[in-house]
Amino acid sequence: MKLMLCPLNGWRGIEEFSYGGEWRESPNPDYVDDEMWSAHVFLHENFRGPTAEWWCHLPSAYWFIAIRDTASGAVIETFTTIQWIKRLGIDVASKNGQNEK
Amino acid sequence: MKLPMKFLFQNLFGLKSQPDLPSTPSLKPHYDVAIIGGGGHGLATAYFLAKYHKVGRIIVIERDYIGGGNTGRNTQVVRANYITPEAIRFYNRSLDIYRNLSEELDFNVMFSGRGQLTLAQTDSTMRGFRLRAEANRHLGVESVVVDRQTIRELCPALSLMDKSHQPVIGGLWHSVGGMARHDAVAWGFARQAARLGVEIHQQTAVTDVVVQAGRVRGLQTSRGPIEVGCVVQAVAGASSLLANMAGFQLPIVTYPLQALVTQPLKRFLDPLVSAPAHHCYVSQSPRGEVIIGGGSDPYPMYSTRVTLEMKETLLSSALEMFPCLSGAKVLRQWAGMTDMTPDYSPVMGKSPVENYYIDAGWGTWGFKATPVCGETMAHLVATNEEPELIRSFSLSRFKSFRQVNEMGATAASH
Repeated sequence: MKLMLCPLNGWRGIEEFSYGGEWRESPNPDYVDDEMWSAHVFLHENFRGPTAEWWCHLPSAYWFIAIRDTASGAVIETFTTIQWIKRLGIDVASKNGQNEK
Repeated sequence: MKLPMKFLFQNLFGLKSQPDLPSTPSLKPHYDVAIIGGGGHGLATAYFLAKYHKVGRIIVIERDYIGGGNTGRNTQVVRANYITPEAIRFYNRSLDIYRNLSEELDFNVMFSGRGQLTLAQTDSTMRGFRLRAEANRHLGVESVVVDRQTIRELCPALSLMDKSHQPVIGGLWHSVGGMARHDAVAWGFARQAARLGVEIHQQTAVTDVVVQAGRVRGLQTSRGPIEVGCVVQAVAGASSLLANMAGFQLPIVTYPLQALVTQPLKRFLDPLVSAPAHHCYVSQSPRGEVIIGGGSDPYPMYSTRVTLEMKETLLSSALEMFPCLSGAKVLRQWAGMTDMTPDYSPVMGKSPVENYYIDAGWGTWGFKATPVCGETMAHLVATNEEPELIRSFSLSRFKSFRQVNEMGATAASH
């Protein structure tokens, strides 16, 4: 059976997980126009190779990020959302501050 | 003796073997139209361009061998019983061309209009069928809602699943649907296109698309660079990768779709039968093999590997429908890479790059559209105008939020 490492529940069978689309940074809702929204919602990189993706552990409804190779299907690494944000170096607090201006 | 039998036959009976396709020629520096992808769609586009339009020198560039991608991996279903007027008209035109394709190409594509039956196991499916039947008939496509007795007569081998928790309650009978031999469609288009002067370059991969000032200028290939007047991309399974080379993104996610066939059996199944509630459809090929299709993997991948899980799911569904298959052996199982769009309709027409045309987003519904794609894409290339039939499938529909929703009439009901 193919296993995946859930950051909350440890190793579980792949059928317990649901794919939630490739990870991408959301556009700032204060500045976004229709075209940017449609691009964000519909257009995809659809990359062949290691890709950051949203996954959900269904029994616990737990969302996290996995880096998966879309050519081989191998799951390379999984992250909690907090770990992922830190890894990308996104400063959530100052970003929220910008939105308020 | 080293003389082959072929030689003997040719001389004995005066037969000269004519190769269907000339061998791959050397690359020329310039082509007026470059079609990337030597599957059914690309070859059909080349044929219609060469036969009905004057566009100069045409090249078809195929990474592997012609018809070796999704053209040779689909389950051969041809039908037009969709739900939106745009799709019904489009696929019906394709069905019209399919009916006479063997004559048009002087090559037997083995089209057989034996009818397609879709089963309803819930009331909501029946409601959808009534709508589809009305929409179809309004546009001159034969579709009727049928009861259990008619289903029994149309397909005696089918179990109506009375003991299951979801018995069959009715169906949608599309008497004009059918199947054609998928390899023959590719070969037929290729042979005629080649005779009309189209250069078909197999074993040639496009490695980069040269775009300058919003126009495509040339292509880098594994056998050297070429200059091009315009480009058509028809590379189902790799649409996003190629579009990314040309500098834009598509509304596509690529999922493997798995299918399998049994050993050849004596003919017992005439119509193509689909059970959307079981995510399964079954037909019997002219060779007698029972084709069992269409399980999409639960997550995207660029791979044609197959899984035991999908084999179990597909076979258990097929056995619910046809318990008589319980002793049959599976001959082979395979997968194709399907470019799924959010609304289950294709992405065809102009692209953000001026002279670069796309024929993509063919998910699980590409084979049935092969001839009409050739016809409409050829018209687009020759005139730079999107024909009426494909205007609503353009990439720009996502910008204006005008999707063409065919999920209900497409998903798992080929």
